[in-house]
Amino acid sequence: MSSTVTLEKPQTAAGSGEDRPRRQRIEHVSIICSKGTLDMAYPGLILANAARMSGIDATLFFTFWGLDIITEKRLDHLHVSTVGNPSMHIPTMVGGLPGMESLASTMMRKEMEKLDIPPVREMLEMLHDAGAKMYGCRMAMDMFKREKEDLVPWVDDVISAMDFFDKSQGAQVLFI
Amino acid sequence: MEAINYAGQTVEVNDEGFLTNSEHWTPEVAGAIAEEVGIGPLTDEHWKVITFCREDAAQQGTPPGLRRISKLSGVNMKDLYRLFPKGPGKLAARISGLPKPQGCI
Repeated sequence: MSSTVTLEKPQTAAGSGEDRPRRQRIEHVSIICSKGTLDMAYPGLILANAARMSGIDATLFFTFWGLDIITEKRLDHLHVSTVGNPSMHIPTMVGGLPGMESLASTMMRKEMEKLDIPPVREMLEMLHDAGAKMYGCRMAMDMFKREKEDLVPWVDDVISAMDFFDKSQGAQVLFI
Repeated sequence: MEAINYAGQTVEVNDEGFLTNSEHWTPEVAGAIAEEVGIGPLTDEHWKVITFCREDAAQQGTPPGLRRISKLSGVNMKDLYRLFPKGPGKLAARISGLPKPQGCI
C-alpha cells in the first residue's frame, strides 16, 4: 500500500484574477466577556469593533461580572482594580485605601479619551450600529437577579451558553 | 507590491490592495476599486465619505478612523456599514486611495 500526499493547490482570490495564494480569512469572531472591570471591558469591545470595521462578523456574550458592561446602572461606573493588580505598580496596601480605585478609574478614563476611545456606553451603541450581536448570559442574569429591562437596549437577547455556541458556529471564540 | 490597471490607469498597490501613492488616485480609480470589492457604482453618499476622507487625510496627514468619519462626514455609523458592508474601516480608505488606518476605532 502506498499513500501519496498531494499538496492542495493554493486557492486564488475569487473573481479578482489574482494568482497569489489566499490566506484563510477569519469570517466571524465570538467574544465572551466575563469581567466587569473597566480595563477588562475595553479589550472585548475594541476587538469586536475592529472585527466589524474589517468586515468580520462579531458576536459578544456577556457573562458573570461581564454583565456589568451591559447593565444600565453599572456600565457608566466601571472601575479599574487597584488591589491585586501588579501592573498598576501601586502597593496592595495603598491600592486598598479609600478613593484609590475611583482615582485610578478616572485617570484611565482620561487616558482613553486622549486616545479618542469612546466611553463604554458609546462603544456599545457603536457596536450595535456596526451590526455586532450582543447577548447576556441567562445563568448570570438569574444569579445576579437581573431582568432584560436592566440591560441596555442594544442587547439582542438573553441566551444560554448552549445558544451562544449555536450562534458561534464556525467562529473564532475568544474568552476575556 | 504590484501594478494594477484601474480604469485605464496603472497604479501601484500593496499586498492588501491599498494604493501606495495617494497622488495617483482619481475618481475613476475609486470607481474601479469599488467595482472590484463588490460595492458597485458609487453613489452620492459614497462620494460624501470619500471626499471627507481625502480632505481629512490631506489636513491631518493620516487617514481618518471610522469613528472620526461617522462624527465629521455627515454619514452616520449605520449608513457607513450599509455603504461599505464588507468592512468600512478599510474599504473607505482603500477606495479613497489612502493607506489603511492605524487606529482601532
